[in-house]
Amino acid sequence: MSRVSVPCHVKGTVALQVGDVRTSQGRPGVLVIDVTFPSVAPFEHTSTHTPAKWVTCLRDYCLMPDPHSEEGAQEYVSLFKHQMLCDMGKVLELRLILRQPSPLWLSFTVEELQIYKQGPKDLGIWFQVSPTLPASGQYAFALQSPSMTFPKWLSHPVPCEQPAPLLEGLPDPSRVSSEVQQMWALTEMIRASHTSTRIGRFDVDGCYDLNLLSYT
Amino acid sequence: MLQEESDLALIIAQIVQKLKGSNLYAQLERQAWASLQRPEIKLESLKEDIKEFFKISGWEKKLQNAVYSELSVFPLPSHPAAPPEHLKEPLVYMRKAQGSWEKRILKSLNSMCTELSIPLARKRPVGEQKELLNKWNEMGTDEPDLSLFRPVYAPKDFLEVLINLRNPNYENGDSHSFRTHLGLIQVPLKVKDIPELKEFFVELGLTAGQLGIDDSTQVPPELFENEHVRIGQKVLSEQDSAAAQQYIRQGSPTALRAELWALILNISSQPEDILYYEQLKTNVIQHDLLVDSLIYKDVKLTASNDDYYFVFEDYLYQVLLCFSRDTSVLGHFAYNSASPPKSYIRGKLGLEEYAVFYPPNGVIPFHGFSMYVAPLCFLYHEPSKLYQIFREMYVRFFFRLHSISSHPSGIVSLCLLFETLLQTYLPQLFYHLREIGAQPLRISFKWMVRAFSGYLATDQLLLLWDRILGYNSLEILAGMKASKPKDIFTWKWTAYDKNKQTKTENWKQSEYRPYGNG
Repeated sequence: MSRVSVPCHVKGTVALQVGDVRTSQGRPGVLVIDVTFPSVAPFEHTSTHTPAKWVTCLRDYCLMPDPHSEEGAQEYVSLFKHQMLCDMGKVLELRLILRQPSPLWLSFTVEELQIYKQGPKDLGIWFQVSPTLPASGQYAFALQSPSMTFPKWLSHPVPCEQPAPLLEGLPDPSRVSSEVQQMWALTEMIRASHTSTRIGRFDVDGCYDLNLLSYT
Repeated sequence: MLQEESDLALIIAQIVQKLKGSNLYAQLERQAWASLQRPEIKLESLKEDIKEFFKISGWEKKLQNAVYSELSVFPLPSHPAAPPEHLKEPLVYMRKAQGSWEKRILKSLNSMCTELSIPLARKRPVGEQKELLNKWNEMGTDEPDLSLFRPVYAPKDFLEVLINLRNPNYENGDSHSFRTHLGLIQVPLKVKDIPELKEFFVELGLTAGQLGIDDSTQVPPELFENEHVRIGQKVLSEQDSAAAQQYIRQGSPTALRAELWALILNISSQPEDILYYEQLKTNVIQHDLLVDSLIYKDVKLTASNDDYYFVFEDYLYQVLLCFSRDTSVLGHFAYNSASPPKSYIRGKLGLEEYAVFYPPNGVIPFHGFSMYVAPLCFLYHEPSKLYQIFREMYVRFFFRLHSISSHPSGIVSLCLLFETLLQTYLPQLFYHLREIGAQPLRISFKWMVRAFSGYLATDQLLLLWDRILGYNSLEILAGMKASKPKDIFTWKWTAYDKNKQTKTENWKQSEYRPYGNG
């Protein structure tokens, strides 16, 4: 169930624009973000290995339904292995290509990009569409193909097991249905039939003498 | 797909966890235990037999209603990486704006405290407690000196804040271009356009019958009214929340309305609820809060002066004073962009174990707040039930009308929707009003903040609130604003514009079907 975060280095965003960035009036509508993985061994050129090449693993994935409005502007997004068009087994580098066609925004990007190792959940890529900047993402994840020492963490096949809840601490849903059955058998699970409408106390030991409100 | 299954599992787990702490869970457990004595429950098929028993006895329906209620009120589980404030409000600049607005309110309240030398809260001396208890049912006869109190804010102050709301990443140029909105609201929120509204409010179309129109005296009742009432009675006997919500989109018969609303809001007056209300009453007796004076002042200024509602003055105190002490309301701040104000016990400033919320429910009333309660007094006469209904209406709907958020039912979206609709329906009027400096939103904003309470006749208002419940959305208010002003604004158009040829808009629209003309 546990996700293991994969350390990644997110390079600075590069805007793609025709002409000189400084003199042209318009703002760039395409950004490229490269993500490298420091834990992956560097690629070695040998004649026996297939050369690395870029492979599109996700195409035209829409992040904001309406590029001109705020909908989805600062949402958190997850991408999973099963959404990818190709095998994510041997990834050396990731490239995110973002497109924002609307001229209304000053800038756009994605932030808090995190890559996760495959646990019982498959490989997840999580990021937040930037808090200051909306993005409409059309993502092409470009991969470099195998080096000799391919990273094992991406190559495990996905077992088709029961989906686990994303948050720890919540009861396993499959247990819910079995609880009625267990109720009569496990008598020690009887709780006192108290109501939960606890009369909420707002005072501290009977005292609620307040002077002023506090704010930071 | 794997993702959808796990999303569903997560939602189920979350709802189960919430319901596990509820009274319903304890009742279901007791019922299941008691059912073991029944002959039809067999050990070898225990699970199915108990399920069947729940279905027949109506307990499954109660559970279904509770689950439906959870789904309607609480937002879906958010992304695991999203912090709690993201659930309150996803856009950072809106969170900041709400924070600044709150700070202003707190400062205003603090300065009122210091100027008047009145503490925020104090324990009542025993004599005063006895006195209040004696006149609990007639607090309206009290005439305390409230001249020094002023409301913390009025809707027009709030409107100014909304007008100045800007996304720092947006092209907010001074020059008018296709980017600037023509109205007062300048944030690019997504609002439904006419085709989307027509689809959303499909039951309000011309082909469907409506109470409020098709039950007028000219229309024979066999055409719509009788059948609609019959269906309403059936819905009530089935005790199905979801069906009631669907039904009420076409309006509720007056005789059935109180029960239907209680069913939709999943309110049933259990002994525990009455006990809870009594406890709140005790809290009112024991502690005196500054907000009590604000409530008194508000009731005296608004509801007491209203022809329809002045008779309910005493009820309003009984509800609103208890509401301020209800800590269960704090739960709604998980999905409200606002946050409850904080304070410290006297002499313990900065010590976290002496930090409390003020008022206990975290809601500071503003001018007109009591008008949220007033219309409900026509439906419910038992104070604890009236209280429960109001509290549920507040944590589902009304809180959105006075906090800054990007939610589609939030006040900012409603304002933008109104302005957009008015531009579409009455473009010449809209343009003209802008030219003479009378933006339509300034006139209609206060109607919307109060959900039209006090601005519509009560029978019409209750029909409007039927639709709010039916669609679980406040967007009808914006549509209502856009259609109702057609009469007012058309008059204004003729009044202001004497020289030009006036063209009155010729579309036939009833007040309750703003999108009805095809």
